Amino acid sequence: MYGWIFKHLPGPLWVRILTSAALVACALVLMVQFLFPWMSHFTTFTDSTIGSAKQP
Amino acid sequence: MAQQQTEHAAAVPDDGNGTGAGGSGRRRSARRKKNRTTGDVVRKVVQVFGELLLTAGLVLLLFVAYELWWTNVEADAKQSQAIQGFAKDFAGPVTPPAPTTASAPDYGKPVVAPAPAHGGMIGIMYIPRFGADYSRPIMEGTGSDILDTLGLGHYPSTSMPGAPGNFAVAGHRQTHGAVLDNIHLLVPGDKIYVQTQDGYYTYVFRNNEIVLPSRTDVLLPVPTQPGATPTESYLTMTSCNPRFGAQERIIAYSLLESWQPASAGPPQEIAKQVAKTQGKG
Repeated sequence: MYGWIFKHLPGPLWVRILTSAALVACALVLMVQFLFPWMSHFTTFTDSTIGSAKQP
Repeated sequence: MAQQQTEHAAAVPDDGNGTGAGGSGRRRSARRKKNRTTGDVVRKVVQVFGELLLTAGLVLLLFVAYELWWTNVEADAKQSQAIQGFAKDFAGPVTPPAPTTASAPDYGKPVVAPAPAHGGMIGIMYIPRFGADYSRPIMEGTGSDILDTLGLGHYPSTSMPGAPGNFAVAGHRQTHGAVLDNIHLLVPGDKIYVQTQDGYYTYVFRNNEIVLPSRTDVLLPVPTQPGATPTESYLTMTSCNPRFGAQERIIAYSLLESWQPASAGPPQEIAKQVAKTQGKG
């Protein structure tokens, strides 16, 4: 899959390396901004309130 | 025959895994056409599946790093921003009152500020037991929007500092700033200071208790005593217990000991840190 993507990126080798680095960076930003905060709701060690966690 | 073998050898690099079997070459060459299609499809599917699994593992590792490290970085930045905003509005000297030989001056009844709207800032909490530089903002509300980045959240149903009754705050034990990570290290007699725009409320830690998450009576005006009329001001802090778990809650109770207005300057013990948070240290 990743090999296929790398093969189909345009440009010479160094451009493709730069493009893939940019793609990885994009994926990281998206994960930290959206995916991880959402996943964070399923971890338990952030409940510090008394009563229902949502309605203190 | 020779030609078939050459073709097979040429096909090996194409199959992607470089483990082209030598022994079964003859049989595979005989059914070359069919093998190439089904074998390649299966190999591709397995390869993509494996890559997805590796990616999922990597994402989970990154999530652990995010949770244990990045949420703290984020929360610390947000909290120092909140403290800077508070300092801008704060009028009062940052030098403590000169020590007097006489008994401590009486500043009268503590001022009780009205509770701000959800997300508004109440003040700053200083707990020297957690480190000389421990200062965290106290915000109104206990939703995850408050607790996840802004530190300590005040239960809106409880009273404000200085009022008879219970000033209750919640904070994370782990991740998202981990503002109450060391709550179990408090020793009876430890001072806990709350600085608001009006002045400084000095609480003395009394005891802690580990309860089940359903025990809302710890937030009552007189903690755990339904129906009692409060004559004193309590500070109740709640956090999760055990660390990295949430099966229980750890509750720390403190009592208001003294109060001094902002114009009098901060208590001696936290004067240095107050000056620092006000940008004058």
